[in-house]
Amino acid sequence: MHNINLRHPENVMKLSRLGSFHQSKLSFLRSFIREFKYWEFKRDIFELDKNGYGVAVYSVRKNRRVYSLICFSQHINANERSDRVIATKWDAAFVLHDGVPNQNDIERLKQNVPRQEIGRMSSKELALSRANKSVRIFDHVINALSIGNQPDINFLNKVGYLYRTTAVYGSGKFGLADRFRIKDRREICGPFRLEMMLVYLVRQFTFDQINHISKMKNPEQSVKLDKKIARNLGIGNSTGLGMAPFIVNHPTLLHQWIYNREKALKEIRLIKQVSQKEINHFKFCLEKSKKNIDTWYTDSDYQNKKIESLKNDLKKFEEYFLTIDYLSKNNFWNEIYLWIDKHLEEECSEYLISMMMEPYDRIIEPLVKNMSSDEEKYFNIPASRKILDLKEIITSKYKSILKINFKEKRSNTFFWFISKNKEEPRIANRFDEYGSDLEQPLAIARDINQLYQKILKENLSRTVADFLSDNDELRHIIRRIFISEKFQYSEIQDNTISESLVPIDMLRLKLSFFGAQKFDPKSDKWLRICMYQGAPLADEIKNSDDTWIFSSVN
Amino acid sequence: MMSFSEIEIVSKRASKSKGYSWGISEEIGKSVRLLEMFNLPGISTLNQYLKKISSNHPKKLKNIDKTNKSDGEICPIYTGVSILDNCNQIQEFKVIKFFNMNYPLLIIPFLSRSSEIVNKQICLNLNDCKYILNSNKTILTNIEKSGDFENASELTIEFLENKNLFTDIEWKELYKMSEDTFVPETESLKNSAAGAGLTDND
Repeated sequence: MHNINLRHPENVMKLSRLGSFHQSKLSFLRSFIREFKYWEFKRDIFELDKNGYGVAVYSVRKNRRVYSLICFSQHINANERSDRVIATKWDAAFVLHDGVPNQNDIERLKQNVPRQEIGRMSSKELALSRANKSVRIFDHVINALSIGNQPDINFLNKVGYLYRTTAVYGSGKFGLADRFRIKDRREICGPFRLEMMLVYLVRQFTFDQINHISKMKNPEQSVKLDKKIARNLGIGNSTGLGMAPFIVNHPTLLHQWIYNREKALKEIRLIKQVSQKEINHFKFCLEKSKKNIDTWYTDSDYQNKKIESLKNDLKKFEEYFLTIDYLSKNNFWNEIYLWIDKHLEEECSEYLISMMMEPYDRIIEPLVKNMSSDEEKYFNIPASRKILDLKEIITSKYKSILKINFKEKRSNTFFWFISKNKEEPRIANRFDEYGSDLEQPLAIARDINQLYQKILKENLSRTVADFLSDNDELRHIIRRIFISEKFQYSEIQDNTISESLVPIDMLRLKLSFFGAQKFDPKSDKWLRICMYQGAPLADEIKNSDDTWIFSSVN
Repeated sequence: MMSFSEIEIVSKRASKSKGYSWGISEEIGKSVRLLEMFNLPGISTLNQYLKKISSNHPKKLKNIDKTNKSDGEICPIYTGVSILDNCNQIQEFKVIKFFNMNYPLLIIPFLSRSSEIVNKQICLNLNDCKYILNSNKTILTNIEKSGDFENASELTIEFLENKNLFTDIEWKELYKMSEDTFVPETESLKNSAAGAGLTDND
């Protein structure tokens, strides 16, 4: 029998692989639906005019806990509609409030939420967002419903949503509640759970709004959006570089996400004997998901190559899979995994690894509870340790990073910075652009190398505290190294300032853990995605099962 | 109201802009957050200090001794970081004195975190004010409202030994009261209520 171990970080934490991750049962929007299945979803206020502008409030409650989404929709001109973070107006703006908002809260939020970054929230608010209509889809649906027809499904599938959000903020931004105030609530123990709740409720608002506008337009003839079609619509999202620094700046959280995914894979590979039921479940999900892939439209050559590679490899995989007598095999999934690793590209390998989790609630559910992390606990540097310890950690945890030659220009091409205008992360070529003296500390591989070169000339019995007294500029990197000693998947094992960097790989890693689908890069720095496509509607959630993610367009 | 997350990030960035490294600036961000959480004027003090050092970045003490003087004013941040990094060793000094420290409130979070690492309370005396820092959990002070002190001509740090605050007599009296929750053991209970055998010579 083979040794079945966790995959090595040198293999997993490469950006090309992380940028090939797909949603799975561990993803946050799926675990949100499972966690909130038995909560009560209600529409408490719906005060929209005939054009769909006004205020609506939705609530999610169980026992004495209530979360409310307050929606503000308004008219904007076509030339004001932009998905870029520089926009100042949006079709709709949303805030998730802790509890039931009173009239004063709603009035206060009305003055602030539509202004987004320049508004101020309070610690009673938990998450903030805004969204723009997909105008072509929105208008098409209203035109159809108002004359008694359902919209063209094929047309809808090309986009997959009525609205797309352009930012979802949480954790203390713009005065929102700090995470520490709420992190011990059991129902929101998973990362980004409140953000997932906000997006789910926004989706419900989009359906209610479109039904309302259609009815106002033609009360006699209009019909409601068919539930099956609604279910097949999610919420879009435009995402830029803002997400990339997050995964570098939250090393223990990144570790938790990857470690639990890797642990799931290992435990599945260790299963001695699979059952017919488990195989049937896997085949069901695989079959359904293939149809989803056919609706992943993009103009991006980069993404189209990935989709093509996925489709081709899936064909190969199916041919192989059909030949295996799975019931007679010991460690069947391990054999499958080894074949996948040997024969398929990263895009399909990671797709199938996600798929292998589908039949195994018993393995995944305990892991879902461990997807958070308390970064603060690991902030202190154990400065009484020796330089020798530091050297040993670097040589064992950063092998491939030490091989990068930073004397070469191509290894130093980019620098990360925060734009003065929008206080958002950006990346630029340090040899062409102004500003590299204000570089953010995100060039981890370069700084590790710099530290290592220094350590090679050091007395190894010197304490880290003593070394730090002369080397302030390396303090941030020494902190990380001690974190990586404890958390093997805490570092991207790649160069985040290399000429060959594809920043959207970093975004996709995070988005896959959100549960996003339909990756549609618009450049190497931003992309559109879709969330909750196929998800049960608020009044169906109680009876839903976790296979909904594969049910869209089927 | 600003969230603590905003306080941390703005303090970090402002400190970087005034010449501290990213690693030290991260420490400052956490420190100011901590001060504000303990209702001490972190933002106001940092703001004044960063303006003061804007054109003349402070030097570090070479190392921490029992008594510390400098040619100029002592930086509370570099000193705080140095205490934090070396707290296991310098606790042996028991009492450490600093003369002429700028904006000394900024050293409090580093002492608070050091207190947690060495698992001892730390007492800080500055300008007639006393702060007791307890394992990064609480900060006690003898003054109603901490000002954003510009300077401490003398500042004393004392690592307090872990000891009880009560007398033996007080402990015994309380223990006696606690005994009233016990059931007196009768012969019958001796035989039947315990787990072990009556003779264990087998």
